[in-house]
Amino acid sequence: MSDMNQVVDRIIARHPGEKNLIPALQEIQGELGYLPELALEAVAQRLKIPLSRVYGVATFYAQFRLTKPGEHLVQVCRGTACHVRGSQVIQEALAREFGGDGRVSLEEVRCVGCCSLAPVVVVDGRPFGRLDPQKAVSVVRGAL
Amino acid sequence: MKLRSLEDLERVRQEGKTLLWPAEGKILVGMASCGLASGAAAVYQAFCEAVESQGLKFRVGETGCLGFCAREPIAELRFPDETRIFYGEMDRDKALELASSFSHGDLRPDLALGRIGGDPAWEIPELEQITFYRGQRRRVLADCGLINPLDIREYIAQGGYFAAWQALHMPPEAVLEEIKRAGLRGRGGAGFPTGKKWELARSAPGPKKYVICNGDEGDPGAYMDRSVLEGNPHSVIEGMIIGAYAVGADEGYIYVRAEYPLAVKHLRIAVAQAEELGLLGSDILGTTFSFRIHIFEGAGAFVCGEETALIASIEGRRGQPRPRPPYPVGSGLFGKPTVINNVETWANVPLISRHGAEWFRTLGTSRSPGTKIFSLTGKVRNTGLVEVPIGTPLGQLISEVGGGPPQGKALKAVQIGGPSGGCLPAELLDLAIDYETLTQAGSMMGSGGMVVLDEDTCMVELARFFLEFTQAESCGQCPPCRIGTKRMLEILTRITAGRGRPGDLELLEELAHGVQETSLCGLGRTAPNPVLTTLRYFRAEYEAHLAGHCPAGVCRALFSYAIAEEKCAGCGLCLRVCPSGAIWGEPGKPHRIVKALCIRCGACVSVCPKGAIAKL
Repeated sequence: MSDMNQVVDRIIARHPGEKNLIPALQEIQGELGYLPELALEAVAQRLKIPLSRVYGVATFYAQFRLTKPGEHLVQVCRGTACHVRGSQVIQEALAREFGGDGRVSLEEVRCVGCCSLAPVVVVDGRPFGRLDPQKAVSVVRGAL
Repeated sequence: MKLRSLEDLERVRQEGKTLLWPAEGKILVGMASCGLASGAAAVYQAFCEAVESQGLKFRVGETGCLGFCAREPIAELRFPDETRIFYGEMDRDKALELASSFSHGDLRPDLALGRIGGDPAWEIPELEQITFYRGQRRRVLADCGLINPLDIREYIAQGGYFAAWQALHMPPEAVLEEIKRAGLRGRGGAGFPTGKKWELARSAPGPKKYVICNGDEGDPGAYMDRSVLEGNPHSVIEGMIIGAYAVGADEGYIYVRAEYPLAVKHLRIAVAQAEELGLLGSDILGTTFSFRIHIFEGAGAFVCGEETALIASIEGRRGQPRPRPPYPVGSGLFGKPTVINNVETWANVPLISRHGAEWFRTLGTSRSPGTKIFSLTGKVRNTGLVEVPIGTPLGQLISEVGGGPPQGKALKAVQIGGPSGGCLPAELLDLAIDYETLTQAGSMMGSGGMVVLDEDTCMVELARFFLEFTQAESCGQCPPCRIGTKRMLEILTRITAGRGRPGDLELLEELAHGVQETSLCGLGRTAPNPVLTTLRYFRAEYEAHLAGHCPAGVCRALFSYAIAEEKCAGCGLCLRVCPSGAIWGEPGKPHRIVKALCIRCGACVSVCPKGAIAKL
C-alpha cells in the first residue's frame, strides 16, 4: 500500500492543484493500470478536496477504470463506420471466445479514428483493421 | 538555438529542403494511425533491412497520411527533383521486391499507384488524375504525407512559420482583418465566423486571454483532426501563434483525445521542437511577443467537444456544459476571454496569412469560402480523407471521389456529421455541401464525418445506434437530454426488436422535437437529428418494422436464415462454424437451420461455398 501512496505523492507533486486532477488521475492509472479506491482517497486527501469530487471526475470520463484490468486489453471499436461494417458480430465473437478468459479485458471504444479500415479492434494499444469475426479471434489469440 | 530573424528562418528552410529532397533519394512509408493499423511498421522495417543488406543509397523515412486509406499501407519513392512515385497496398514482401527493383533502376509501374512529376513515358498515372484525387483541392492536407511530422525543419522547408513571422511583424488588427476578409468559418461544425470570434475576444477587457484548439474529435466516423495532428502538427501550432497574437493571448491549450495516442505523441514532439527554436516561449522570433502551448489529453467524453464542457474539463472538472451567454470569448477558461477553434480551423490560419484572403476565397462559396475535409467511410470503394471546396455536390464526392459503394450495391443514404448530423437519402445527392444547405436538409456539416450506407443498412437500426451513443454520452445534467433520449432509445429498441406499438412513430417525433428545443447544449439539441431525418426520408422502413419486417435484413428479431436445400452440398462447413449448434445435418445431405437456436450471427453465410444460405 505504501507503494501506491508513493506513486500518488510523486504524481501529485508534479501536478499540484485541483485543476490538474485529470492529468494526475491519467498518470496514476498509467502506472497502476487502474484507479483503486485507496488511490482516489489519497488523491482527495493530498489535494484537500472531497472524495466525491475525485470520484465524480473518475466516473465521468470513459478513460478511467475503477477495477483491475486483465493482462491484455482488447478494445472493439463501436464507431459508426465499424458498426455498419459489422463490429457487433465481431464483439460477440470475441465475447464468446474470450469472455471467460481472465487474461483478457474486453472493452468497447467509441471510435479510434481508423474508420476507413473498419471494422477495427485495438489489442494492447495496437490497431488491427479490416477484420471479420474469425480474423479478430485469431488476432487476439496471437497476442496472448 | 533560437531563431531571431528572417535569415535564421531561411537557413532552417534550406536545411529542411535537403532533408525533404535528399540527393540520394528517399523511400517513405505513411506511418499515421491508419497506415500502422494496416501494417506500415512491417513495411518500414522491410525497407530498412533491404537498404542495409543490399547497400542501397536511399534514405528510409516516415511521413503522415496521404488520405487514401483504402490503399494503405502506402510507400513512396522520392527523387531530389521533387518527383514522387506512390505504391499502395504494401506488405513486407512487396517492400523487399520493390527495394531490389529500385536498385536496378526499375520503377515498377505495374505496382505503382501514381506519380507527382516525373516522366509520362514511365506509364504511371499522374496522382492528380486518379479518380480519388481528381475532384480534390488539397490545401490543409497538402503537406500531410509529404513532410516528416517529427522534424520541424521539413515543415519550415515548405514555408512553415514564415506566416507567423510575417504576422508578428504586423499590427494585430491587420492580422485579424485578413482572417475576417477571408471569411473563414469554424470547421468544427457550427460554422461561426472565425474572425468575428477573434474580434470579440480581442475587444474583451482584461490582460489575460487564452486560445484553445479543440481536438476532441469525438464524432465516431470522423478522423480529419487526427490526421492533421499526426501528419502536420506544426500547421496547428503556427495557426495558434498567429491567433494568439491577433487576440492578445499569451497561453494556449491543445485539447486532444487520449484515444489518439499517436497524435498526442506527435504534438508533444512538435511543441518541444517549436520551443527549442524559439517559436513558442518568450520573445518569439526576436519580437516581444510571448506565447506558450500546453497539451491536455481528453479523458474520453463526447460532450467535451462542446466548448463550455471542454473548458470545464481543462479546469479539472466533470465535462458538463453550462448555459451560454456568457460566451467563452467573454468569459472562458478560468473566467478569462478565450477563443476556441477546432483543429482544421487553426490549420487554415497560416495558409490565409501566407497567401492572403483573396487566394483563400478562390475556392468554396461566397458565404463559405475555402475547403472542407471529409472522412469518407462506410460502404464506399475509396475510403479516405478528402478535401474539397465547400459547395461541392454530395454526389460528386461519393460517386467520383469515393467511387460509389463496393460490389455493385446500391447507394442508399449518407450520414453526415455523425450522431449530431442526419441521414440524407440518395435522392438528395445533387445537394451542394454547405453549412446552410445541410442544415436545411435536416443534417449538419458537423465535423465532416461522412458514412456512406448501401442497401444492406437498416435505417431504423442506424438511428437506434446513434441514439444509443448520444444517450450514453449525455452528461446527465439537463432532463430533456438525459430522460428524453432515454425514452426515445427505448422506443427505437423495441421497434428494432419487433415489439413496436401503434403510435410509436408519432410519439418518437414528439419526443424528438421536445429534446431538440429544450436541451441545454448542442449534444441534446442535435441528438434527435438522425431519428428525425430517417423518419423524414425513410418512414416506410419504420412502418415495415412495425409490420414485422426489416427490409434490409439487419434487425435480428425480424428476419431468419435458411438453407436452400437444392443448393446445399452437405459439406458441413456451416455446421462446424455455427457457435450455437443451430445447424443440423448429415455429411453429403442438405443441412438445415433450427430457427429457435439460431443467433443470426451470419458465420455460416460467410463460409458457405455454394451461397446456399440466405436471409428470409
